[in-house]
Amino acid sequence: MTPTVAADALDPVADAKAFRNYFVAKFPHVKPEDFVNGPYSMNEDMRRQWEEKEQFPPYEFSLDMGKEMFAKAFNNGKSYADCFPNQGIGIRQNYPYFDAKEGKVITLELALNRCREANGEPPFSYVGDEMAALTAYMAYTSRGKPFDIKIPDDPRALEAYQNGKRYFYTRRGQLNFSCATCHVQNPGERMRAEILAPAFGILNAMPIYRSEWGGMGTISRRLTTCNSQIRGVPLEPQAEEYRDLEYYLSYVSNGLPISGPGSRP
Amino acid sequence: MNMTQPTVRISILSLALALMSATSAPAASSKTDFNIAYAAAEAAHKEAGRLRNQWTVTAEALANAKRAADKGDFDGAVASAKEAEALAKASIFQATSEKEAWKNLEIR
Repeated sequence: MTPTVAADALDPVADAKAFRNYFVAKFPHVKPEDFVNGPYSMNEDMRRQWEEKEQFPPYEFSLDMGKEMFAKAFNNGKSYADCFPNQGIGIRQNYPYFDAKEGKVITLELALNRCREANGEPPFSYVGDEMAALTAYMAYTSRGKPFDIKIPDDPRALEAYQNGKRYFYTRRGQLNFSCATCHVQNPGERMRAEILAPAFGILNAMPIYRSEWGGMGTISRRLTTCNSQIRGVPLEPQAEEYRDLEYYLSYVSNGLPISGPGSRP
Repeated sequence: MNMTQPTVRISILSLALALMSATSAPAASSKTDFNIAYAAAEAAHKEAGRLRNQWTVTAEALANAKRAADKGDFDGAVASAKEAEALAKASIFQATSEKEAWKNLEIR
């Protein structure tokens, strides 16, 4: 079987295995569960700085804000807890999921805004502080739980997965970079002052506080910013392509623990 | 000395004329030239959008073209519009070739 034929055959289980093996082989000194710490797992000096920073983590204010927002009732008396399984506690590892009724991938950010709209509240910006705070709190209640993304036996789910995979490897922008250029081919290397994170476990730490941003950022913010940095016009936040990308990247990180909210340089 | 002066003058004059003809700009661009160049660039940028692969630099070049035209600098406007068209065409080529080329990067 030629490699191209193998790539065309949809086998998410084999993909995830190959994905994990690639990173484990590339970084034999990094424990698999440590990949969720991104660049801090690759560089001893940065890791020490991060461990000290974690004693007073920069995402703490956002986390407190998210906890408060999550507990506050909507004007109709209901709350976020009414929209999610287990009242929204400890469920981050199950997002995104494929919704069979809709035939689409549903991310946590999308589910939160749908919850708001269903209860008569206006949606939050997907790249704003409120969404970052809410997802920070939900990630925090799920810390340590392994990603458990399911691909149901549904050709539409497989198609979404494949679309996400294609997006991940497709070069775009004037710089002609794909997501994989940085996060598969060059993790651990420097891009200007930054150390690039490995793709394996990259979403487990989301949302993240970035010193570069001076604040918290959602997955939507991270993805749209990546596109801009390579001189590509970002798609609208939560575009189907981004949701499928999140589905793919989360699936191939199955088994790694949720570590969000995180902090990055 | 006097015998050589006319020769030198003629040589300098010839050189100046040659330089002028070599560096002289083509006829100044008109608003119509700009409109044609801008429409071509915008169409290519829209096609890149249909392929979900627009580049930020194309949008910037289009904006530069419009700004120059607003100031009446149609030479600058046409140059920016042509740059935008070239960038947009490159983004279309990228999107088209990546339909298959992405597989070369895949972890297997």
